Amino acid sequence: MNNIIAERNKRYNKYVDSVSPKSGTAKSLWNSFWVGGLTCMIGQAIFDLYGLAFPNLTEQMLGNITSMTIVTIAILFTGLGFYDVIGRKGGAGSFLPITGFANAMSSASMEFKTEGLIFGTSTKLFTVVGPVVVNGIVWSTVAGLIRLLFGGF
Amino acid sequence: MSVVFSYLLTYLIVFGVGGFVCSLGQTLIIKTKLTPARILVIFLILGIILEGLGVYKYIFEFAKSGISVPIVGFGASLARGSIQMAKSVGFIGAFAGGLIQTAYGVGVAVVASYLVTLIFSPRSK
Amino acid sequence: MSVTLHTGENCHLTNSNVISGPAIRRAGRQTVVFERPPVIVGRMSVVGDKEGKGPLGKYFRKVEKDVKLGEKTFEKAEMRMLETAIEGAILDSGLSMRDVQMLISGDLLNQLTSSSYVARSLNMPHLGLYSACSTMTESLALASCMINAGYFDTIACATVSHFATAERQYRFPLEYGCQRPPYAQWTVTGAGCSVLSDRGEGVRITAATFGKVIDFGTTDLNNMGAAMAPAALNTLTVMLEETDTKPEDYDLILTGDLGKLGSDILRDLMTEQGYFLGSNYIDCGNMIYAVDQNCYQGGSGAGCSASIVNSFVIDKMLAGQYHKVAYLATGALMSPQSCYQGESIPCISHAVIMEV
Repeated sequence: MNNIIAERNKRYNKYVDSVSPKSGTAKSLWNSFWVGGLTCMIGQAIFDLYGLAFPNLTEQMLGNITSMTIVTIAILFTGLGFYDVIGRKGGAGSFLPITGFANAMSSASMEFKTEGLIFGTSTKLFTVVGPVVVNGIVWSTVAGLIRLLFGGF
Repeated sequence: MSVVFSYLLTYLIVFGVGGFVCSLGQTLIIKTKLTPARILVIFLILGIILEGLGVYKYIFEFAKSGISVPIVGFGASLARGSIQMAKSVGFIGAFAGGLIQTAYGVGVAVVASYLVTLIFSPRSK
Repeated sequence: MSVTLHTGENCHLTNSNVISGPAIRRAGRQTVVFERPPVIVGRMSVVGDKEGKGPLGKYFRKVEKDVKLGEKTFEKAEMRMLETAIEGAILDSGLSMRDVQMLISGDLLNQLTSSSYVARSLNMPHLGLYSACSTMTESLALASCMINAGYFDTIACATVSHFATAERQYRFPLEYGCQRPPYAQWTVTGAGCSVLSDRGEGVRITAATFGKVIDFGTTDLNNMGAAMAPAALNTLTVMLEETDTKPEDYDLILTGDLGKLGSDILRDLMTEQGYFLGSNYIDCGNMIYAVDQNCYQGGSGAGCSASIVNSFVIDKMLAGQYHKVAYLATGALMSPQSCYQGESIPCISHAVIMEV
């Protein structure tokens, strides 16, 4: 009996897959390509401008203030309500760059404002970006420990 | 002239590599049923692995922001911090290094999100 | 025979025919046919701005330009919408608040927040229903049974859904920039209310089919149409069999919110069962938005079919264009948690037959 149902479900899901519309593959790939590429270019431009403005800073510090700047811009865009428009167009092109991380954090923070700044915003700030932060900390620690044990190569 | 040309080339590479990484993510969305959150974690861990193997810095020299702006760069920074601290401080350094390295970006993201929340409210589409 | 099952001012037990003997005819295991079909005496539909700009915009009784209705939160806006719908429908029926003996309502939020909070200010008995997007037909069917049995003579049935509150509960924050797959649907911001009475003129509910929970193993949270189509299939075939009718006997067969994809799937499934759904079959989700509104497969949500039936469909019935309408709303009964736990999506569909 269970077999018959499993069989039926499998048939049905196969049929559903065949009739469901696919994302316009070429077009969405191109959109993610240019949105992502453009975001990176803007990052590079900001980096270069900071390099000209503050020639004394190390490359690492320049990288830091660059990411701080684009993160702030992305959060401002989220607040003004047009990051999600970019997101709908760009797909991976807008959620993979660090700007997507900023958007995910600030959108959750704004969404739960109605429950108050403590129980809403503060508790829900990491609802969407939580996986990135947690996995980032865990696996980078693992990487650090492995390199400590087995040395550098 | 050659300065202009080298800038142009850098930006072309940044655009190309950044776009390529993002379209790889988009391919995962189209071909598999992975959610954006999972894809983010996959690329993050990819960055950690690249840094852990010591390959990341060569890619970065070539691609600059093309690799550091996508979440791969965030993963690499985390791993770099952890590895450096583990080497300089020892065992316990591995736990703190990642956070210290990325503290600027994460810190500003949290503070700016909080400030933006005070000013703006989400809109129904 | 002389046993009193229930006493009180609402029950009309003086008419002993109502409870004695086989007063209630059943057409089959799932279908009940009403001997004294209740009448929809009052109705109201309220929708948001986006729905108002859609193809059916001119039929809705009230279009809210501001989807927040000037309230502080979207949840409050949703409550206001439901309240407007209920009060508007009672006003439309020409009755007073005191005449309505019961409110049966539902929405999509946890703990039926909107319904319960609205009911607290209405001073009438309240039944809260959760059947996701099929709540409207479930409430109509239940109310019809209660009225037909004679326990009540006036009941208000209402549902509401709001895009912003549903997004937060089932998906992502509003400002989060993510792409939806092309087979996704868009939650309708809207509310509808019908006031049913045992007397009066208008559209009558002559039969109801209660659906079973059907699960064909769909796990994709975004593909609601495909998940719900089998439930609609089940209820529709049972209804046709038990009332001994064919799809051609209806001027309109209306599903709730299968969307374009889901309604195409339902056509295929019905053809497989030997029923042909012609041009008399339409889907509310498919109708509510224009193609250029970027709503993927169309609308969904408890307010979708409720607002359309209480405006467009009943308007057309009263104008004489449709005489017999089968209305099946479909609901997906999952929660985000059950989906993360790898469960598939159980779905349900209830049907009512409306005649004029």
